[in-house]
Amino acid sequence: MGLLQKHLGQLEAYSGIRRAGADPFQVAFDAVLSPTEGLINGKRVILLGTNNYLGLTFDQESVEASVEAVRRWGTGTTGSRIANGSYGAHTQLEQSLASFYGRKHAMVFTTGYQANLGVLSALVGRGDHLILDADSHASIYDGARLGHAEVIRFRHNDPEDLYKRLRRLEGQPGDRLIVVEGIYSMMGDVAPLREMVEVKKETGAYLLVDEAHSMGVLGEKGRGLAEAAGVEEDVDFIVGTFSKSLGAIGGFCVSDADDFDILRVVSRPYMFTASLPPAVVASTLKSLEKVEADGALRAQLMANAERLHAGLNALGFTTGPKASPIVAVVMPDLPTALSMWNGLLAGGVYLNLALPPATPNNRPLLRSSVSAAHTPEQIDEVLAIFEWVGREFGVLPSLDQRAAG
Amino acid sequence: MGEVVADLTVREIARAAETVLGQPVVLTPATDIARDLAVDSLALMNIVMELEDKFDLSIPLDRMALVQTVGDLASLIDELRTKA
Repeated sequence: MGLLQKHLGQLEAYSGIRRAGADPFQVAFDAVLSPTEGLINGKRVILLGTNNYLGLTFDQESVEASVEAVRRWGTGTTGSRIANGSYGAHTQLEQSLASFYGRKHAMVFTTGYQANLGVLSALVGRGDHLILDADSHASIYDGARLGHAEVIRFRHNDPEDLYKRLRRLEGQPGDRLIVVEGIYSMMGDVAPLREMVEVKKETGAYLLVDEAHSMGVLGEKGRGLAEAAGVEEDVDFIVGTFSKSLGAIGGFCVSDADDFDILRVVSRPYMFTASLPPAVVASTLKSLEKVEADGALRAQLMANAERLHAGLNALGFTTGPKASPIVAVVMPDLPTALSMWNGLLAGGVYLNLALPPATPNNRPLLRSSVSAAHTPEQIDEVLAIFEWVGREFGVLPSLDQRAAG
Repeated sequence: MGEVVADLTVREIARAAETVLGQPVVLTPATDIARDLAVDSLALMNIVMELEDKFDLSIPLDRMALVQTVGDLASLIDELRTKA
């Protein structure tokens, strides 16, 4: 008997997954050759599960900016900004983010996860109400627990359900904060933000949008769903990350709220974490410039997403309804999902195996994320491997069956 | 009277669990939700959502921290209904 005994259920489930082949949660790369190719056990694989939407991880200027920063400022800050102070680049990044979003204030966190923890726990507290989309990311749920607000979930992407739940709170004291995501990380679907804004206005709530997967991806200027939906003025807080389209790590929040900077001394996930290393801040600044300046990257990303989405649907796979940089293929059950995931990896495609309860509707998913850096030939190769593996494991009818039918 | 109310609430919890889990569910006030029903955190939150709609009330998730059995959940619902 040990402390870890309580996880026996998970241990058994995990062992079962590992017996099926490679360990999907401990994939190790011998090398990463480019934003779209890596080496696993000496074999070249196409990277289709890295959230590297704009392919900026190997952008020459971003890499050079990082190298210069590490030489000038060292490898790390070795402490939090309230204790060890800020480097010039931290402040510069916050100014650039505020200017990118046209907001008065910006604040940078060490990870995207911590941005949600730090913002949600500080914006609402005991006696307030946090209204979350049911399919919210774990960082939103964890932020909700850290802040002691009363937490209510509404049905995924359902403005009427949101309205109903806010109406139930009528007459109760406390502020209300609605939290939605620009693009949901599992199925790649988008929040009906205009309708959500109507509900927010009618009920006097505040609105926070997590643009982790939509920053640099949606909107003419890449500011995300709020820009694309034309409702930026009605979104009170935007949270996002540097670890996807910007190709680094870190999180942020922007807002026009008065006294925003008080968050710096009340938000514990901000106060008690070492700040981002200079090299990370430098590449993020450079990549943010690219996001602002280079709309062609977004157009290429969407073209690639549509190619993959249309191709998978034409083959007969079940995906989300619309093309998005996240394309998830729904699997009928866990054994099939494991066989397919291992088959794809052996065939040269690396993507994410996503399992319940992290997935909606209790279904396993093969989750892929497309990059602007993928070539059409790579997408076609992925589709060919998907077709072969799908027929091998009975997700698609075999060619003989199809001919007979 | 209190017991009758609790029985009806337990019955509604069973119905909500059946909706979410998609299978028949047998439970009593002593049923341990995580252990006996094999309900994970997400399924439990979905059951709570069904119950909110059934009783037209808010069941804040933070109040679920102390809920272990079906009886605990029924008491919480009855308490929230009395307050509403």
